[in-house]
Amino acid sequence: MNTFVSGMVDTPSDCCISYDPKESPLEVDIRSKVQSMYGQSIRQLALEACHQLNIHTGHLSIRDYGALPFVIQARIESVIRQAHPDTTHRVLPDIQPHCLNPSSRNRFRRSRLYIPGNQPKLMLNAGIHKPDAIILDLEDSVALPEKAAARLIVRNALRVLNFFGAERMVRINQGELGLTDLEEVIPQPVHLILVPKVEYPEQLVQVDRKIADVMREYGREQPVYLMPILESARGIMNAMSIADISPNTVALAIGLEDYTADIGTPRTIEGLESFYARCALVNAARAAGIQAIDTVFSDVGDETGLRQSVAEAKSLGFDGKGCIHPRQIRLIHDAFAPSPEEIEKAKRIITAFDDAQQKGLGVVSLGSKMIDPPVVKRAETTIKLAVDAGKLSENWKSQSHDI
Amino acid sequence: MIKNAAGRMVPERVNGVKSVPFRGINAYFPEGRISAPPIRSCGNYPADGNKIADSLKSALIRCGLKSGMTISSHHHFRNGDLIMNHVFDIAAELGVKDLRWFPSAAFPCHEPMIRHMENGVISHIEGSLNGPLGDYASRGKMKGLAVLRSHGGRWQAIQDGEVHIDIAILAAPTADAFGNATGDRGPSACGLLGFGLADAMYADHVIVVTDNLVPFPCIPWQIQGNYVDYVVVLDKIGNPENIISGTTELTRSPDRLHIAELTAKFVQSAGIMKDGFSFQAGAGGTALAFAIYLKEMMKDAGVKARFIRGGSTKYLVEMLEEGLTDYILDGQTFDLEGVRSMRENPRHVNTSPFTSYNWHGKGNFASMVDMVVLGATEVDVNFNANVVTHSDGRMLHGIGGWQNCLFSKCTILPIPAFRNRVPIIVDEVTTLVGPGELIDVVVTERGIAINPLRSDLIIATKNSGLPIRTIEEIKAEVDELVGGAPAKPELTDEVIGVVKWVDGTLLDSIFKLKNLD
Repeated sequence: MNTFVSGMVDTPSDCCISYDPKESPLEVDIRSKVQSMYGQSIRQLALEACHQLNIHTGHLSIRDYGALPFVIQARIESVIRQAHPDTTHRVLPDIQPHCLNPSSRNRFRRSRLYIPGNQPKLMLNAGIHKPDAIILDLEDSVALPEKAAARLIVRNALRVLNFFGAERMVRINQGELGLTDLEEVIPQPVHLILVPKVEYPEQLVQVDRKIADVMREYGREQPVYLMPILESARGIMNAMSIADISPNTVALAIGLEDYTADIGTPRTIEGLESFYARCALVNAARAAGIQAIDTVFSDVGDETGLRQSVAEAKSLGFDGKGCIHPRQIRLIHDAFAPSPEEIEKAKRIITAFDDAQQKGLGVVSLGSKMIDPPVVKRAETTIKLAVDAGKLSENWKSQSHDI
Repeated sequence: MIKNAAGRMVPERVNGVKSVPFRGINAYFPEGRISAPPIRSCGNYPADGNKIADSLKSALIRCGLKSGMTISSHHHFRNGDLIMNHVFDIAAELGVKDLRWFPSAAFPCHEPMIRHMENGVISHIEGSLNGPLGDYASRGKMKGLAVLRSHGGRWQAIQDGEVHIDIAILAAPTADAFGNATGDRGPSACGLLGFGLADAMYADHVIVVTDNLVPFPCIPWQIQGNYVDYVVVLDKIGNPENIISGTTELTRSPDRLHIAELTAKFVQSAGIMKDGFSFQAGAGGTALAFAIYLKEMMKDAGVKARFIRGGSTKYLVEMLEEGLTDYILDGQTFDLEGVRSMRENPRHVNTSPFTSYNWHGKGNFASMVDMVVLGATEVDVNFNANVVTHSDGRMLHGIGGWQNCLFSKCTILPIPAFRNRVPIIVDEVTTLVGPGELIDVVVTERGIAINPLRSDLIIATKNSGLPIRTIEEIKAEVDELVGGAPAKPELTDEVIGVVKWVDGTLLDSIFKLKNLD
């Protein structure tokens, strides 16, 4: 008889669970790093989980390294599903109210922090570093044998973890596997799905359709946004039609590791080889009225490189950048923040606009120059960015009157 | 057992000696005279000043080593000490039994002492127990109770006559034949010798052990040779590289860096960081990171400290050398940059538990420091804190200078809200080591809790934009995340150790666990 296993040995905040589906009545044995403090509660949790999964026989062995309940639940469900692939039972922790923070189409997406979907330790406090978004990743950062368990860990994490206002994102797998991911993820408090390696608009249609099906099944009404990632020459060539195809798409992202491999050139720091792709993507995104998001900067230790990379992304027209370590977040926000000159100009424009409003003037002018509405809108964005990056007080209007 | 003023149960006698239960902070003032060493006369010592003994063994014999004595040592080599295991090997060889070892702290390198406890050479260790010795004692295997004292409490215990030292063994990186000794130079330089100063002054016999003998006079003399009976020269007395332990490395954890930064911002917002201020941030990755954040803020604000209290690290040394503080007043050097600076820079001053921590001093430095950051294994909703046991009841750490530092004008504990599922904020600490009325602020990655007694700090940081919350709120959030508060450890009623308060009274007891794995 097979023994089914899920988990990571000796990994803090995780556990390793094995299940031997023999016919004898269910036995649970537990060895935990926090045995004296949580041994009893782990036993109770395991018994309840087995009950919900309709498991009454076999031997369940838990080696725990300080995993939180939602992780233990996911790992147990994962081994039971291996043993009983047709099971429809789930062990769902209660959705916590703090998971229900809202999102919106045009919110800032300057930084999005990738976290491997099978590494709970990195998820627990991710929100305290205040990224604009947290991506629980099911794709490249999760090895094949862990895919199924990661899907359940991510599902449960979405139900319980406080991301302190960050947008809740999941990167699904490619193809069929990705559609299966959606079945677990879409019913949860998730805002946005990243779709990897999109080359044709039809791929997005397929994802959109699956999301609509799952939403219908679970009665979800809140929309799920999409962020396709273009990572190939074809993807870039189809950027415009990909950007246009779904009303749920809020941003296009570029993935340069795969793109440079695809065009057959090494990726350089200067990035000349991807210049066309990045410009093409920004252009398509702008044409479709959505955001353009730059690739991940993966050298965590290189702060200067990151700063340069973000400055470059900003100058090309990107709205955000991917990151893989919390310490990159503030630097990214700082680099996307407007310069003092930009802030001053934006303040003058907003003040002029307010004056015009007060006086009931239809036309806003600054000095001898007339100001168009899109300029005012951009100035508002600049002010918002400046306030968010701590470069301008939220009450700058009243403060400047005081002077 | 008696209930003390903190509501904790403590034994009436500790290792045969009647004890005073904790009475409150600044509430115990014993009278009488402090202990003194026996009268000595210089006529009994070589007039040429040459006190060299052939070997450690012969020095111990000439000091009258016999069963039942108390042998003391300092811990400036931390985990790099090469002498004390050797001393008890000699005692074993001489057939001596029932010794009490009285170090200022013990480290994992002293694991061989367990063998000497099992073969009866050592009956008992009294000092900050870290690592394997702490584990051994927490299993109740050590004869007699573990008596946990602060660094200042050790000086107090010596002066009160609670601990009488028969032979003090002072490892000295540089010494002359008269016994003048210093820690700041020599191939095994460890910085200073302050933790051995009381031993030199109050022990019946004093042996200086060095691997760098210089002609008289050894300058500077951190320990004066006039206290010293014998000088022993060995090939090597310690590994300075092992002074640096895991606790003196800068944290890389983004969560801990976040906590360190919040702490620095709090210090700035509360108005503590101003020209002429002082602070103490010891070892521990978060404390070091705090110092680095604070340094940047001081530079930005153009603020200079009057003094920083050590343990020193290269980060504090950089602040001294960049002119961000006038002085480092240092109790121990945590890394080799600290050692170098103390040797070369007259503004890097060596201190002792007498200057800084001693209850029987006429004042001490610790209470004059504007703010201190300290660690803790647990803190409860009344701000009481624990550093000696974990939430599962195991005893693993010594007190060090922790209790003494609580007297600073603002005590801040920057600690993670949970460690590997285990919440740090609890309803009631497993062991009371620091009374809540002395603990002002707890900084976690999930918010900053200010002791309600410190309304001044609450008001000062009201509009700071910092995440100030009640300690109950943070606790509730963490308990919910980790799946409820942990089960309390199952304890027997057998006491295996006691925690002393800085004045020598009994603050709490440590009980043996029911189920030891």
